[in-house]
Amino acid sequence: MLIFRHEDGAKVASPEQLQTWMKQTMDWVGGIAAQNKLVGKNGLLFDDAHVVRHKGVVTNGPFGEIKETIGGYIIVKAESVEEAIAFAKGSPVLQGEWNTVEVRKVYKR
Amino acid sequence: MEEQNLIPHLFRTEYRKIISVLCRHFGFEQMETAEDIASDTFLAAAQTWGIEGPPKNPVAWLYHVAKNKARNLLQRDQVFRLKVTPAVKADQAAGAPGSSGHPIDAEIDLSPTSIQDSQLQMMFAICTPLLPAESQVGLSLRILCGFGIEEIAAAFLTNRETINKRLFRAKEKLREAGIRIEMPPASELDHRLPAVLTTIYLLFNEGYYSESSDDVLRKDLCIEAIRLCHMLADNPATNTPAVDALLALMCFHASRFDARIDRHGDIILYADQDTSRWNTDLIAKGIDYLHRAARGDTLTKYHLEAGIAYWSTQKEDTAEKWEQTLQYYNLLLQLEYSPIAALNRTYALAKARSVQEAIVQAEKLQLTDNPFYFALLGELYTDIDKNKAIGHFSQAMALARTSADRQLMQKKHARLG
Repeated sequence: MLIFRHEDGAKVASPEQLQTWMKQTMDWVGGIAAQNKLVGKNGLLFDDAHVVRHKGVVTNGPFGEIKETIGGYIIVKAESVEEAIAFAKGSPVLQGEWNTVEVRKVYKR
Repeated sequence: MEEQNLIPHLFRTEYRKIISVLCRHFGFEQMETAEDIASDTFLAAAQTWGIEGPPKNPVAWLYHVAKNKARNLLQRDQVFRLKVTPAVKADQAAGAPGSSGHPIDAEIDLSPTSIQDSQLQMMFAICTPLLPAESQVGLSLRILCGFGIEEIAAAFLTNRETINKRLFRAKEKLREAGIRIEMPPASELDHRLPAVLTTIYLLFNEGYYSESSDDVLRKDLCIEAIRLCHMLADNPATNTPAVDALLALMCFHASRFDARIDRHGDIILYADQDTSRWNTDLIAKGIDYLHRAARGDTLTKYHLEAGIAYWSTQKEDTAEKWEQTLQYYNLLLQLEYSPIAALNRTYALAKARSVQEAIVQAEKLQLTDNPFYFALLGELYTDIDKNKAIGHFSQAMALARTSADRQLMQKKHARLG
């Protein structure tokens, strides 16, 4: 699973810039799907995010203290961690200096 | 209409209606009976009309005879069930009650509404995942399209015997599974309809891509697929956006039917096609259906394929054409992977982004047993490295599975000199 952490794009970029990112993301995902290595994906909305804490304390999310919140994920079929990392390196998310793609093995599907 | 063509013509248009209504009446248990009655009706027409000339209203004549034959049969059946069976049964120990059979007064209803309903119901009955795809298409051709065994065999490039066996087994399966000829309840429609659409699309592709040299027959398959899809679109219960999208897709493809084959039956490459032979009526219809398909929030593969097919009807290379085509392929591959979509997507990538980028991506696909993979590489290398391109096309030719494909690769190969 490749987990994207990045700022809310809508807050930092123009609609045109967002459009470009969208296309780049589509091309990137399309390239993985074209190799028949895409299992699933989803994007997470930034609106209405909440965090529920110990003893039921609810705060408006996301997560004041960290800048990078989870913006989405994709699940790929990879022969090796290296292959998954190579996929991650292609992600347009990484154009943002502080953004990251976390590569994790899925326990069971 | 010429007299000698009248019966074949009516067979094509009326057999399927009679058979659907009769089958609905008799059920799959007695499907052969229904087929016999329908065939006998046309046999009677051939004999009677041959001597007396055709009646004033041939269709009404056929319906009338079919109804009578069915009624006679049901009457005999009733006599057998009421008199003979009880007499036999009386000799045996009392067992389970026999099947309830068909009420004798049930009139065979050959009104337009009944015909429509019967055909739709039959469509859902045949398109069951219980049957292999080729049987679904075969049975559809026989029962929903009124094709002869000979024609079905020609479409599948096989012989009568194979088709007869295939259809026989399919009917047996429908019987054993107790499949009923009825509309699925509205709540089940969403998950039953995709199978019907798949069969219709297969039927269309059978015509569009068939190896059969019979051009008229192949076109007929496409027309029949479009007709069946129309029936779904015309019925409020089955008119979903996916149905409209599939119709749009088939219209766009069919618009090039005449332009892509030359007088000798050879394939003409897209780039060489005479656009004046593209059917603009069908393109306009396709656009209309595509607009209708754009309602609700479902995005099916038919929507995406129709979007792609729309842009194929625009021959001019524009940035928008290739950007849109690429994005449709990106989405299509996420919905459902197929090698051909992966290859076409990479071609669109070359057009929308750059050939260099496309080559990098193409080489990752590694579809090394697929002739079109090498054809794509040949295409991409054409302006970059001619020798490499020639090598790829040779490999594509060596892998080609059909003579039409081989011919296509040969053309591209030859072009490079």
